[in-house]
Amino acid sequence: MPNPILELTDVKTHFPVLSGFVRRRQVGTVKAVDGVTLAVERGEVLGLVGESGCGKSTLARTIMQLVPTTAGTVALNGRNLSACSPAELMQARRDLQMVFQDPYASLNPRLTVHATLAEPLRVHRVCPPGQIDARVAELMRLVGLSPGFLRKYPHEFSGGQRQRIAIARALALEPKVIIADEPVSALDVSIQAQVLNLLSELCRRMHLALIFIAHDLSVVKHISDRVAVMYLGKIVELGPAVEVIERPRHPYTRALVSAIPTPNPEIERTRQRIVLAGDPPSPLNPPAGCAFHPRCPFAQDRCRAAAPPLAADGPVREVACVRRDEI
Amino acid sequence: MPLLTVTDLRTWFHTRSGVYRAVDGISFAIERGETLGIVGESGSGKSVTCYSLMGLVPQPPGRIESGTAVFDGTDLLHCTPREARAIRGKRVAMIFQDPMTSLNPYLRISEQLIEPLLIHEPVSRRDALARGVAMLEAVGVNDAANRIHSYPHEFSGGMRQRVMIAMALITRPELLIADEPTTALDVTVQAQILELIKRLQRELDMAVIFITHDLGVVSGLCDRVQVMYAGRIVETGDTRTLFRSPRHPYTRALQRSIPSLQAKGAALFTIPGLPPDLSQPIQGCAFAPRCEHASAMCLAGTPALAESEPGHAHACVRAQAGEI
Repeated sequence: MPNPILELTDVKTHFPVLSGFVRRRQVGTVKAVDGVTLAVERGEVLGLVGESGCGKSTLARTIMQLVPTTAGTVALNGRNLSACSPAELMQARRDLQMVFQDPYASLNPRLTVHATLAEPLRVHRVCPPGQIDARVAELMRLVGLSPGFLRKYPHEFSGGQRQRIAIARALALEPKVIIADEPVSALDVSIQAQVLNLLSELCRRMHLALIFIAHDLSVVKHISDRVAVMYLGKIVELGPAVEVIERPRHPYTRALVSAIPTPNPEIERTRQRIVLAGDPPSPLNPPAGCAFHPRCPFAQDRCRAAAPPLAADGPVREVACVRRDEI
Repeated sequence: MPLLTVTDLRTWFHTRSGVYRAVDGISFAIERGETLGIVGESGSGKSVTCYSLMGLVPQPPGRIESGTAVFDGTDLLHCTPREARAIRGKRVAMIFQDPMTSLNPYLRISEQLIEPLLIHEPVSRRDALARGVAMLEAVGVNDAANRIHSYPHEFSGGMRQRVMIAMALITRPELLIADEPTTALDVTVQAQILELIKRLQRELDMAVIFITHDLGVVSGLCDRVQVMYAGRIVETGDTRTLFRSPRHPYTRALQRSIPSLQAKGAALFTIPGLPPDLSQPIQGCAFAPRCEHASAMCLAGTPALAESEPGHAHACVRAQAGEI
């Protein structure tokens, strides 16, 4: 990919599991993110999907450097973030912002909207103090809220409006990459549509790269250019959104796609659904070989032997399944 | 005769900041073995409807202002506490949205699971436990004989929801009320739970009221759907008919705002504005301020449900007049 804005190379984030009260000993390791290689271009929307516990939020936090990287590099605009000094990191974070899932928890209830939006501007000294008010009002208009609301507190807004404020806060520093961690999961259908439209319009207009994390595949298909499917810390399938979701190659992606109920009774009652048995395995004790094999309807002995790497599948797609051409 | 007939139910909450008309005059019926979906956004009154039937509305501030809910000859809203206890938890059971908070973390699964049996049926502890194990196996918990003695935190979210379902079904109820039972779960686990509810419904021949905001879930599971908005039913009908030809503008708007039904790349259809504040009296149709088809006649009076064809009713005066 020519000149990606964000490049992850074999990123691993492992957490030690400690036990004991007086003498803490390490009894295991949770491999939350285990070897992710990914590149995001300017202006691209990358959807990241997977079940809870698959490591998608940890990956987001690793990119933000909110948790230390165990191995591998996260490069923003060619600069390796995990090797940066705190001062350099602060500088780099101007280009890298995050929108969280729960707009009820991610806004400070004691700050007015004005204070919330002005804080990043002050901290990073991006505009002279005299111009902060004008910039904050501009941000409000950008996300479709009236600047008249600036003196209000978060509790006076609805969920959808709060998520708009959180998006405005992320945009305050004119970042190049935004990571949105389940930004619409907590919202109602009609409000969800408003926030999705806003996000995709902003990306187009401001040429932003967006990493959109969600578990709802229909939302991801709608908003993303490319989709990465994660299972137990690894990417198992990567490719253009429509292709991956309409013609999934990995058995896990197939099951995921088949599990979404379609809002059409004629189709919904006649189609064959793949119902996976069991829960995702514990990342503390992952199965040998392909992590998906205990739930996979196509598993063979060689699936248990070694973990399949993410390999090219045609010009634009990548799949991590040894049996991809047989099934 | 329907298993449950609800007539003109009104549940209002009298708070310091005003009277919230959470449920404001709804009527519906459900037959034995039938699945009824109740769809609506947060605050539309779908959960309060079911809480009213189960006697779970905190009073005060809540108050059931009017209405009857006749279950097999007994009015659940006006019967004696003794009569209500004989029905609730035995013949009518409920599962809740959040399996993380609706199990008691201090009690073993076994204690919670067999509690309804010990209360409602003359069984010994040992027999109750055996039925508990059988029920856990029926909902797909492996190694049930050992796992029944675990605590809730030892189970995953999907497993806890299975325990909740087992607990609700252990008395073989005739009506199951499921309040967003899969909203907190992953899609793959959701698919498992929906299949489970379908299978058990067939086996026990029970009626199910399924509350959800996900139109996709409704389309695969329910025989009939009713759409709620601001405490009222705005449209009700057979699932296929309602999805194929929705008549009320709110149902149409909901359907159009789902991403999977949209062309990719195009902007999603959005409903402008916010749901109304239920503490203020609503003039005319509650959806009118957000409706693209609203006219003066929408504000004139509260529209009543009227059938447009047998079994399909909606509360839009303009659609009833044939204008949209």
